[in-house]
Amino acid sequence: MIPRYQQIIFAVLLLTSLGMGVLLWRLRERAHERLVAGADSAPTRAPEVAPAEQATLLLANDTDGTLLTQVQSLPLPAEPGARARAVLGRLLDLYAAPGSTHPVPGGAASVAQVFLMPMPANESAEQPGRAPQQSSENGPQLAIVNLTAGFASSHPSGLETEGLTVLSICGTLHANLPRVAEVRFLIDGQQRATLAGHADLTRTYLAGEAAPAAAEASQ
Amino acid sequence: MRWNKGLMAAGVAAMVPVGVALPSGSQSPAPPARFVVVLDAAHGGDDTGGRLDPDHLEKDFTLAMSVRLRSLLGARGMQVITTREQDATVDDNRRDEIANRANAQACLSLHASASGRGVHLYISSLAPAGGARFTAWRTAQAAWVSRSLALAGTLNGDLKQAEIPVIVGRMTLPVLDSMACPAVAVEIAPQGNDAQGGGLDNADYQAKVAGALASALLEWRSESGQTGSGQSGARQP
Repeated sequence: MIPRYQQIIFAVLLLTSLGMGVLLWRLRERAHERLVAGADSAPTRAPEVAPAEQATLLLANDTDGTLLTQVQSLPLPAEPGARARAVLGRLLDLYAAPGSTHPVPGGAASVAQVFLMPMPANESAEQPGRAPQQSSENGPQLAIVNLTAGFASSHPSGLETEGLTVLSICGTLHANLPRVAEVRFLIDGQQRATLAGHADLTRTYLAGEAAPAAAEASQ
Repeated sequence: MRWNKGLMAAGVAAMVPVGVALPSGSQSPAPPARFVVVLDAAHGGDDTGGRLDPDHLEKDFTLAMSVRLRSLLGARGMQVITTREQDATVDDNRRDEIANRANAQACLSLHASASGRGVHLYISSLAPAGGARFTAWRTAQAAWVSRSLALAGTLNGDLKQAEIPVIVGRMTLPVLDSMACPAVAVEIAPQGNDAQGGGLDNADYQAKVAGALASALLEWRSESGQTGSGQSGARQP
């Protein structure tokens, strides 16, 4: 004969076990629903950093020593410094690509930073046709392009090839950021005498020095 | 006052050697009787320049071309002054000192590159300026830019006549900007593909370029109204 208190304990344990089973089943269902819901909300395409815009690149050609204007569509950030870096990155990517007319290894990673600074008031006031009271917000800018040491050391050496690289960078900056009037170059944050033995990097380049070739190509 | 004038004269006399010669048309001295050419073999010593191929450096090529050209010009009765005769480091200022003291009618800075095709001629990007009594060292070439352009035109014509592709441009080169003479940087690149025998190591191509440059300088001498005297050969200052 089973005592009455043992019957009560058995019944309570049985009910508790059944209740825990039901609870476990419900929790499993909910977890599954959450997983399904999460999968539905996962992004199916990479987010775009910036909308695509038209950018003008001045591409160098070693064969005839010219700069050819090419218009490309690429995502451009709104911030001018990042915009300048993105444009120069594309330019150097094209130079690093196989079959380039101006082969230079390195690509976009060769541009460490581009700093845009307002030109000193006494210098900008000397610009012909510029009102002296023009604010620095709309005034000419000095671009400082900081290239990596790897880019400089792997750049082919020569008057023509180094000169074209410098001019194409200056021209591309001016074409996309018209306020950039002057350009200076740094290698790993330091001033260097030449790019690869020839092109003078100690001077300040006028961004408008690179006159685009008459021929144009769009892509 | 007399003492002061004498002191001033002595001071000016002391300053003259560090100044640079002026182009004809200003207060320049009478043109020299001899036609002098300065050949600047770029780089040298620790400064190897570019690597033309795994076995050749730019500094060696420019020196070899300088020696070859010196022989050709010497044979044509020109006096040749070279900035280096061996594999030695020569400072840019030293090269300019040699060129400016030579009172030369043509200064060629010889370079070489594995990039591009043919010969690239570069003139200083300085804006032309009139002659002044004293010229800033770093912009001495400004007074000679128009003559340098004319020299580049003559070189261009003779190189093209020899069927060598030519590119003419302007750029900032410190060694060129401080030269007080008609100055052109001559960069020699391969004529064609190495497979086609148009590489820089091709002796025929080197001879063709040197011959065209010598021919152009001969023409330049005629245009300048200069005639070589009997004495020829190279001089190392």
